[in-house]
Amino acid sequence: MARKLLLENINVPGINTFDVYRQQGGYRAVEKALKSMSPDDVVEEVKKSGLRGRGGAGFPTGMKWSFLAKPEGKARYLVCNADESEPGTFKDRYLMTYLPHLLIEGMIVSSFALGAKVSYIYVRGEMMPQIRILEKAIAEAKNAGFLGKNILGSGYDLELYVQPGGGAYICGEETALIESLEGKRGNPRIKPPFPAISGVWGCPTVVNNVESIAAVVPIINDGGEEYAKIGNGRSTGTKLISASGNINKPGVYEIELGLPVEEFIYSDDYCGGIANSKRLKAVVAGGSSVPILPANLILKTITGEPRLMSYESLSDGGFQSGSMLGSGGFIAFDEDQCIVRNTWNYARFYHHESCGQCSPCREGTGWMEKVLHRLEYGHGKMSDIDLLVDVAKKIEGNTICPLGDAAAWPVASAIRHFRDEFEWHVTHPKEALERNYGLANYAEFTNAI
Amino acid sequence: MSEEIAKVKVTIDGITVEVEPGTSILNAARQIGGDIVPPAMCYYSKLEGSGGKCRTCLVKVSKGSEKDPRPMPKLVASCRTTVMDGMEVENITSPEVIEARKGIVEMLLINHPLDCPVCDQAGECDLQNLAYEHGAEKTRYEFERRTFDRIDIGDKVQLHMNRCILCYRCTYVADQITDNRVHGILGRGDASEISTYIEKAIDNDFSGNVIDVCPVGALTDKTFRFKNRVWFTKPVDAHRNCPTCSGKVTLWYKGEEVLRVTARKDQFGEVEEFICNTCRYDTKKTNDWIIEGPTHIDHTSVISSNHYEMAKPLPVIQKDQLLIEANKVEFDRATKI
Ligand code: SF4
Ligand code: FES
Repeated sequence: MARKLLLENINVPGINTFDVYRQQGGYRAVEKALKSMSPDDVVEEVKKSGLRGRGGAGFPTGMKWSFLAKPEGKARYLVCNADESEPGTFKDRYLMTYLPHLLIEGMIVSSFALGAKVSYIYVRGEMMPQIRILEKAIAEAKNAGFLGKNILGSGYDLELYVQPGGGAYICGEETALIESLEGKRGNPRIKPPFPAISGVWGCPTVVNNVESIAAVVPIINDGGEEYAKIGNGRSTGTKLISASGNINKPGVYEIELGLPVEEFIYSDDYCGGIANSKRLKAVVAGGSSVPILPANLILKTITGEPRLMSYESLSDGGFQSGSMLGSGGFIAFDEDQCIVRNTWNYARFYHHESCGQCSPCREGTGWMEKVLHRLEYGHGKMSDIDLLVDVAKKIEGNTICPLGDAAAWPVASAIRHFRDEFEWHVTHPKEALERNYGLANYAEFTNAI
Repeated sequence: MSEEIAKVKVTIDGITVEVEPGTSILNAARQIGGDIVPPAMCYYSKLEGSGGKCRTCLVKVSKGSEKDPRPMPKLVASCRTTVMDGMEVENITSPEVIEARKGIVEMLLINHPLDCPVCDQAGECDLQNLAYEHGAEKTRYEFERRTFDRIDIGDKVQLHMNRCILCYRCTYVADQITDNRVHGILGRGDASEISTYIEKAIDNDFSGNVIDVCPVGALTDKTFRFKNRVWFTKPVDAHRNCPTCSGKVTLWYKGEEVLRVTARKDQFGEVEEFICNTCRYDTKKTNDWIIEGPTHIDHTSVISSNHYEMAKPLPVIQKDQLLIEANKVEFDRATKI
């Protein structure tokens, strides 16, 4: 069995309470960091671990921390991004529900490393139960002296607040999150300046994903080097994967990075194979915004290497034949799923969630949705397919925040790999309403590109 | 010791200019002037925080700086990117930029009603000019466009949300020029709209400036609505002793009648100074003003299509010997042909 660092004790009854969590060795990392390490030591340890941001971008966490400006007389903030709303991703919610103290422990250690006296956990507004769980857990930790003034007699003070989100996907973008946290409309800010220089209330701020912060706990307990031994190349440690779609065992899995995708899908330790003995058609490997890949390309790279669950391997081949690990939202599609319908569904989501500040995203997402809707419902034209490619290209890279890219990639990749299915929707509009295209000859097709 | 701050060198489309550190690429280009100035639909130098939204000013940075010559990976919004020493920028020399800009113009137009024939802004509309230069002659958009009801913002301004391109300029005016924030954006994505939080009138002295900053015909002056096409009117610079604002305005004449009063605009379409509502709405008689002379209109504008500056000086000016003296330059120019 693979090593588990985050979910090791998830099945211990009562692990969501302070007492049980503590009995299981919880809050050791806080003791270790506050009593025997300097803030810089903690940063150094995280750097050594090679931990990369678990929210989607995969930027090295230790490096992000060391970019934080430290001007005299200005407060610094750590904000935990728990606005998990990427379709297909539900690992943070799982972690907060069952292991709230792991997140809080990580928050204390990370805040200590960054010198933050006040930290926030910005939780998606729809996750009311998790907000209550976290608030209860914070109260418990405070009672036990792990939060508040002079934590464990170390002289370090920390207040931790939970902020319910404003109810928009866009608030998961770090600068929109900061705006929303400040009580404003959740519009992404125009960068520069980056949050590391000017974030919450104009002060230097680090925004980290829930899982990244939780991962700091095992890193401090066992040492960064130990953590870096797990995994593959520059993808170190373990990663939570939210597996969903047509698989036998959907759920949240902790994997060691570098696990072969094939094993992840077919092993009984993980997804347990495709449901109802169907065949695999396609996979979205990192949450709805990353490019979709057909079965042949998700199992093997274009050069025939087995594809691994790691930052590098999943993006092998660029966008021509690769994808991204993203936030780890692993969605599998069997042969009965319609790619056009699924693409339309994603486009609808991004259209609904665009903040509306910049023109390509505001207008382009709606346009793509309407064209895809038309294709799916049998009114499409052949020229629509190239139109979609072109609109996606016009959005990509030209927007303020990554939402534009997130909206463009799924459309562009679906057409890149499943163009024949789109064409079939145009040539067989009636049939397309009644049945799905099936597995078809996508394999040959992708080789042609 | 000299107090000079070292200037930074930036090259835009092959033309090098030295600017103060901290200048944006757009403003550096404006110092050069001419064709290489990227179009700006949302940035407004007088409004803090504006810019970055419309993306029409995208340019390519082919060399980051002397120290770090790597090109920037994506096109950047020139209005919100500061120049670095040795930076090299491509605007109209880059096919990639032109292509992207075409895309942006298309996006701006897909939900625009294209009702120029009945829009008061036609003739002085930034979107119209931009589309003329960068747009395709046909749209590829075949769906219903978003529509909103017209809203009165106070008794003098009308909001035509259908035409709005969500540049946010008017909200910045409401935020910064007026002291009470009653203007904002409601909704999200392409359903977002400018709102005064449920039609609450702005009664601030400077609220009328939202009309001038609006690049399109979304915010129009109700005292001028449907009175005339702008290219039939003749703009004249004038001023008066105003206790509230600078009193420097442009009067728009039709015959001897002042149809509307606006702030003066510079060559980039930005107002020089914001004016108060009294000047804008309530002082529309020639006697209220000291006339300075015809406004300079760029030759590319449709307003100058009838060689306005070359034609006979306005009747109002002709009548008064003093004004004839004061406007000698214009008279000379006009009588040369
Ligand atoms: S109404 Fe005019 S000024 Fe206001 S956001 Fe729309 S286009 Fe810009
Ligand atoms: S003017 Fe720069 S993005 Fe609008």
